[in-house]
Amino acid sequence: MTIRDKTAIVGLGATPYYKRGQSAPQTLDELVGKSILAALDDAGLGVGDVDGFAYFAGGFDTGMLMETLGIPEVRFSASLTGTGGGSAGAVGLAAAAIVSGMANVVVCVGANQQGAQRFGSITSRYDATPGNVFFSAAGLVGPGHMFALLARRHMHLYGTTRDHYADVAINIRNNALSNPNALMRKPLTREDYFKAPLLADPHCLYDFCLESDGAIAVIVTSAERARDLRQPPVRVLASAHGGARDWGRSIYWMNMPDEIFASSGHSAVARNLYAMAQVNPSDIDVAQIYDHFSSQVIMQLEDYGFCERGEGGPFVSSGATAFQGGQIPINTDGGQLSCGYVWGMTHVREAVEQIRGVAVNQVVGAELALVTGGPSNVPVSGLILGK
Amino acid sequence: MPSLIAKRPAVKFFNPATDKWTQPFWDAAVQHRLVGASCAKCGAFRMPPTPFCPHCHSQLLNWVDLPGTGVVYSYSIVASAIMPGMDDCLPYVTAVIALDEAGDTRLISNVVDIPVDQVRVGLKVRVIWDDDWGGMTIPRFTAELR
Repeated sequence: MTIRDKTAIVGLGATPYYKRGQSAPQTLDELVGKSILAALDDAGLGVGDVDGFAYFAGGFDTGMLMETLGIPEVRFSASLTGTGGGSAGAVGLAAAAIVSGMANVVVCVGANQQGAQRFGSITSRYDATPGNVFFSAAGLVGPGHMFALLARRHMHLYGTTRDHYADVAINIRNNALSNPNALMRKPLTREDYFKAPLLADPHCLYDFCLESDGAIAVIVTSAERARDLRQPPVRVLASAHGGARDWGRSIYWMNMPDEIFASSGHSAVARNLYAMAQVNPSDIDVAQIYDHFSSQVIMQLEDYGFCERGEGGPFVSSGATAFQGGQIPINTDGGQLSCGYVWGMTHVREAVEQIRGVAVNQVVGAELALVTGGPSNVPVSGLILGK
Repeated sequence: MPSLIAKRPAVKFFNPATDKWTQPFWDAAVQHRLVGASCAKCGAFRMPPTPFCPHCHSQLLNWVDLPGTGVVYSYSIVASAIMPGMDDCLPYVTAVIALDEAGDTRLISNVVDIPVDQVRVGLKVRVIWDDDWGGMTIPRFTAELR
């Protein structure tokens, strides 16, 4: 038994995307609440219908959300462990609750507000632990500095170049130009890219995602109930999370075996996800690939089987991932690199809009959409949605 | 223009912490000995040291003196500040060092005191020690260039 096709996303709500800190004086709870109310309204449901919450990265305070939104009772409240790796998997957590009878209408919500703490330097603010000392002593002050070490190894093993990373950033920026929700709407040239400061070589400024504020919620319910609601149901074909021990703590460990060090750590989840959905990479029409760093987009394209291992750079540079004419258009909203960063929930939103057929950069005839959660320590996650 | 010399990261973002599993590594560091944690039952190395051997689940460890040499497995040059307090430390080189005679284990560290444009994957390096850095003695790595 799997969750395949037993649930659907029926509601979608989002706040605007704000540059880091500019969502103030709204509070984080307020942003979360706005996205939930908008998602319920989109679905044609009310707060009285909600009986579950499924989060990632620790989630939010369910009791506080119930108190302020007037949600009378919940039967399910759970979060995936880890960080942004769970964004695509939270929908699977909701589906698991619904399929097992633990809840009927589950809210999945993600949000961030970076006024007080930038995510770019977040590892420098982790509590000192015996494990953290091994990377903090080396000055690995942010995730982009850590993933730079994987990016360099990928270059060494496979001949990947900064030009390939530039093509990821330019490809995704091109998609943001026509998106009114996107924070970065100026074209990015190769010259701009190579003039940008090298924050952690080989990563320059444009290889890093945006630091933004915002909240996005989706409503998940049973496929049966979804048929009677306001929006056309977006089928949940599969959602998987987890990962291999050889990936483990990944960037916090750096002792992954050589064959997976220069990867996104997604290969186990990708295998399980495709098996659950009963589809192959070639069946996917549009993919929202977690783009905290351009180099990790290349490694995910490899782990999800769109190209061979080591071929991700030339694959992107060939135009294969372009919205116009690409075999697998990616990050059609402009991604986290150029549209907005909400810990992966922007990717869930864009996949829902693609399957509904209402995306700004709509892939004609899109029937299956892949969403990935952030490459990070286990669990990482993936999601396949369908028409 | 001559290449800049690799410096050390900013100590202000570092706070020490140890426990019974990592303390022997840092105690040896004070004596300028680079040691590796080897399972006393099956010999497998692990880094950083954790409470169980993932292969045989033994909790017994031998702390083995290593030669203090290795090669750069991967590296990154940090050339721009992302927070106040980093500027005086730039550039510095973060690196993953594959340690000689320690199984397949690697140490997250820095390459220091050589021109940053001389750092490459596969560069042979040797340990040097930064005493009293943020309350601990920290291993870093440098190379003899010819």
